[in-house]
Amino acid sequence: MNSRIGYIAFNTFREAVRDRVLYNLIAFALLLSGAAILVGEISIDIERLVVVNLGLTAVSLFGVVIAIFIGIGLVSKEIDKRTLYTVLSRPVRRWEFVVGKFFGLTGTLVVNTFLMAIGVFLALLYVAHKFEKTDGWVLVALYFIVLQFLIVCALALFFSSFSTPLMSAVFTFALFVIGSLAEDLRGFARITHGAGGWLATAIAYVVPNFSALNVISQVAHGDAVPGRLILYNSVYALLYSAMAIAGAVLIFQRRNLK
Amino acid sequence: MTAIEILDLEKSYLVGFWRKRPKLALRPLRLTIEEGEVFGFLGPNGAGKTTTLKLLMGLVFPTAGRARILGMEIDDPRVKSQIGFLPEQPYFYDQLSARELLNYYGQLSGMAAKGRSARVEQMLARVGLSDSAGMQLRKFSKGMLQRVGLAQAILHDPKVVFLDEPMSGLDPMGRREVRDLIQQMRSEGKTVFFSTHILSDAEALCDRVGVIHQGELRGVGAVAELTSGKQGKVEIIFCAPRVPAGLASLGAEARVSGDMVNAVLPEERQDAALEVLRRERLKLISLTPVRSSLEEYYIQKLRPAENREEENRKGVGA
Repeated sequence: MNSRIGYIAFNTFREAVRDRVLYNLIAFALLLSGAAILVGEISIDIERLVVVNLGLTAVSLFGVVIAIFIGIGLVSKEIDKRTLYTVLSRPVRRWEFVVGKFFGLTGTLVVNTFLMAIGVFLALLYVAHKFEKTDGWVLVALYFIVLQFLIVCALALFFSSFSTPLMSAVFTFALFVIGSLAEDLRGFARITHGAGGWLATAIAYVVPNFSALNVISQVAHGDAVPGRLILYNSVYALLYSAMAIAGAVLIFQRRNLK
Repeated sequence: MTAIEILDLEKSYLVGFWRKRPKLALRPLRLTIEEGEVFGFLGPNGAGKTTTLKLLMGLVFPTAGRARILGMEIDDPRVKSQIGFLPEQPYFYDQLSARELLNYYGQLSGMAAKGRSARVEQMLARVGLSDSAGMQLRKFSKGMLQRVGLAQAILHDPKVVFLDEPMSGLDPMGRREVRDLIQQMRSEGKTVFFSTHILSDAEALCDRVGVIHQGELRGVGAVAELTSGKQGKVEIIFCAPRVPAGLASLGAEARVSGDMVNAVLPEERQDAALEVLRRERLKLISLTPVRSSLEEYYIQKLRPAENREEENRKGVGA
């Protein structure tokens, strides 16, 4: 990796880790894992199912909130506070800044997810008293959640390269919600004809397919995740993020920093 | 060698919501600054000083024209390692300490790991922040942030330093320290381009100044020349409780302050005035020729063009 991108990424990570909002969200996630344990205690024979479902959903939602909350401010905050001026007056190219910021935030989310995953596994151990072989699939679900974060971060960065933080948050969250229903949208497109069908198909394929990256329910039931899906999802998330980042770079390269 | 060469650099923005129309922020600007020169860019708020600096830093893009720094086009990435920049009212990553921030900027400037820490400590000492180096920047006062800003601007030993309102918001002591730093840069042979609207700072520091107003460069001149122009008058200060009658008859404009009198009168009546003081046995404090000030030049350049033409015809100002 280009060393300047690495320095910017590390600085972004350091800023996020020192940000108290991030600490609060981690605390909330741990609290939710605690709630999962409570629900597991009062459920009969479905403790594991409840803990995995609740725990992973919490990891996903808290991560998405962090990704949007910090992602939308990655560029706009630096412009508003003019911290960017002293960075770009150095031998730093604008694309290096955007890519460095992206890596910094995704790095933060990976560390954050790792810490929350420990909470989920501790909760599992607490209710089941031992790990089972099928618990390994929880790791795959966590990996897919991280892939979701890559896309959300890239989208937040893309929207914030030309829009206000509030609108960027609205756009990114809307795409997350629509993308989570992408499979349903594709199903709807298949049964709709004419212009409506074309439109539904176009939207279904343009929005990020978050539903394919959600295997929480599957792994909660102890079902295996096909290797082919892991490969497809990895390639899909990387390509989608790369396109969103490329879009952000293209816009940011031409932007006047008022 | 030429340090900064601005060739008809121009900037306009589109304003309005529905019907966008261009608003000129900087009219075609042509300016050359030599290496080792301290150049003051003067003008009131909103004159186009910051726009010019942002254009040179590549933070905004010109509508027309171009500029070169040390012979390289401003969009040449190599330029950036040769320049330092202090923005107006700088704000930095407030979760970092001054030491961490300077280290980060050193990394981005391509400074080698070996020697970077020592250079950071040296810069912190130079701006008087060694004792607060480990404190988070959010706890810093405005003056301290300005010092951090200066330290980051010269950290990588650039050849050309751009400072946007470096004295803004500083107390007299802080302003003095910044002035000393700019003097040091001059003695090190650096080119300094700084914008300000504090004329006394420009007069004390600059080799040349340019006056910009409403996006238009109104004039450029050497400070020494602008302030050396005699006005054909002398100022006499002497001890007396009132203005002697003989002095008043010489046409002196005098005012009494305590037991001191300050009188301004035509140069050719200087000897007669001194004779009056001798006769009255009054103690002379000083006698100095009245010279043009930078302020007069500045005010003249800020006036509308038709007023300036009128004054030039009458032979007023530089």
